[in-house]
Amino acid sequence: MNNFKEKLAGRIFLVLAFSSISALALITVFILIQGAPIMTKVGLFKFVFGMEWAPSQEKFGIFPMLVGSVSVTLGAALLGVPIGICCSIFLAEFAPATVRNIFRPAIQLLAGIPSVVYGFWGLIFIIPVIRDYLGGPGLSILAGSIILAIMILPTIISISEVSILALPRQYKEGALALGMNQWQAIWSVMLPAAKSGIVAAVILGIGRAIGETMAVIMILGNAVALPESILDPVRTLTTNIGIEMGYAAGEHRQALFATGIVLFIIIMIINASAQYITRKK
Amino acid sequence: MIMKLKNAFKEYRPLCLGSAKHRAALLAPFFALLLLALCLTASCSGRHNTAVIVAGSTSVQPYAEILAEEFSLLCPDCEVDVQGGGSSAGITAAESGAADIGLSSRVLKENEQHLWFVEIAKDGLAIIIHPANPLSNLTIEQVRAIYAADISNWSELGGANNKIHLITREEGSGTRSAFEDLVMEEKRITTKAIVQDSNGAVKQLVSSDKNSIGFISLGLVDETVMAISLNGLAANWDNIANGSYPLFRPFLFICKEPPTGQTKQFIDFTLSDQGQQILIKEGLIPQQTELKDE
Repeated sequence: MNNFKEKLAGRIFLVLAFSSISALALITVFILIQGAPIMTKVGLFKFVFGMEWAPSQEKFGIFPMLVGSVSVTLGAALLGVPIGICCSIFLAEFAPATVRNIFRPAIQLLAGIPSVVYGFWGLIFIIPVIRDYLGGPGLSILAGSIILAIMILPTIISISEVSILALPRQYKEGALALGMNQWQAIWSVMLPAAKSGIVAAVILGIGRAIGETMAVIMILGNAVALPESILDPVRTLTTNIGIEMGYAAGEHRQALFATGIVLFIIIMIINASAQYITRKK
Repeated sequence: MIMKLKNAFKEYRPLCLGSAKHRAALLAPFFALLLLALCLTASCSGRHNTAVIVAGSTSVQPYAEILAEEFSLLCPDCEVDVQGGGSSAGITAAESGAADIGLSSRVLKENEQHLWFVEIAKDGLAIIIHPANPLSNLTIEQVRAIYAADISNWSELGGANNKIHLITREEGSGTRSAFEDLVMEEKRITTKAIVQDSNGAVKQLVSSDKNSIGFISLGLVDETVMAISLNGLAANWDNIANGSYPLFRPFLFICKEPPTGQTKQFIDFTLSDQGQQILIKEGLIPQQTELKDE
């Protein structure tokens, strides 16, 4: 009887686990079926590296959006990574318990704010500031990078903090015993030892940034031209789908799914490399 | 690595490939779910059979939804189901019978003329700028040049020496295609233009940026933005009614054949005083307004 119960429980969990995997399989198959025809029709190279996006004139080139996604994500990483790593070092090594107890939940809360709220906040506060002090329309790569930098902070901080805390105590104690001061111990012993975790944190943060849609629809400006400066509006792969899906039909719709395929592949590469790095040790 | 995978697979084998009875137990929940889904879709499509299906232009859709809501108050047994899809899709749906009424925000083309249609209202298109912008009048040619990026600074139009921030709608939007037909003609909207995905977002941006220009449905213009005059003619109902303000488009209901039954009731309601009042309240120009030159 007990054996049967156990088997039954095991099977139920297996079914539930399958349902999450089958969701992934369904989504993958669906976007492939929907997007592949237009990719083969236009040609993979022309689709990915085409400079013009005008579905009404049957021009499907997503290169400006690739540039958009890469530039905004890079900007977010440049702003967010140093802040995130410094913050995790502070939390792991320097912060007194009381400060840590306030900081940690506060940073977790940052992850809980809906992205549309980030977008709205950016639209109301960041964009007018950029427009007034730096010029341009305000909706720009810079605005998107700032918002995304804030959005990826929780990912970067919590994962790098965990990987610093996971180091054996002897590393730090040994370094201090050799006469290093605390900063030297962190810089030359602990950070290199926690490198794989920190790199994984950065990559996961980048994955989060490149997949973000709602916040950036509101603040990037969504122009389909190659940007000339960080104050130019730009469109990312995600916002291309988000902004045009409502009205799209026929080939236009297929092209949006094909955009999804490209995005899917990019994110898979990013996540796979994060897993590879954390496993390597 | 591969060995590891093989071992893992072996561990799961008894679970996956057990006796037939066990496999059935494993699959039962799937079938139950499938059955449930089938029942749900069946009950949905069953309901559709009696409802009036209205589909098409997403510009007309919000107004049709309001009309459908009011109509269901008047006639509790009637059901009107409003869907989007775009003008062309709506016309096709009406022709094929997939929808009882097709919605269009453009006039019928030559090969669509055999369909029955009625104009329910007109919608004006307003070119809007920030209220602090000293300009208040442009020609259509100037607007076209701005959107084609031939003019990029307000000083070229007699305004302040600032770059023009162009705001447009996304590809596929009915408002965008109306703007392209009525203003751009053979020119194309520059890819440098900022793209927003709703009338509201365009209005919000224009109201916050004093160097911007955009276009929205006339019914949605309020004091936060300024609708500019075209060729010296203000964007208002009177000028559209007498045919002098050129930017407007018809909202059409299209049927395969002259409507009957509930479909006719809904169209009659839309054209009645009550229906037209609803549309006026929502900012449209009523259907009774005859155009001078048409």
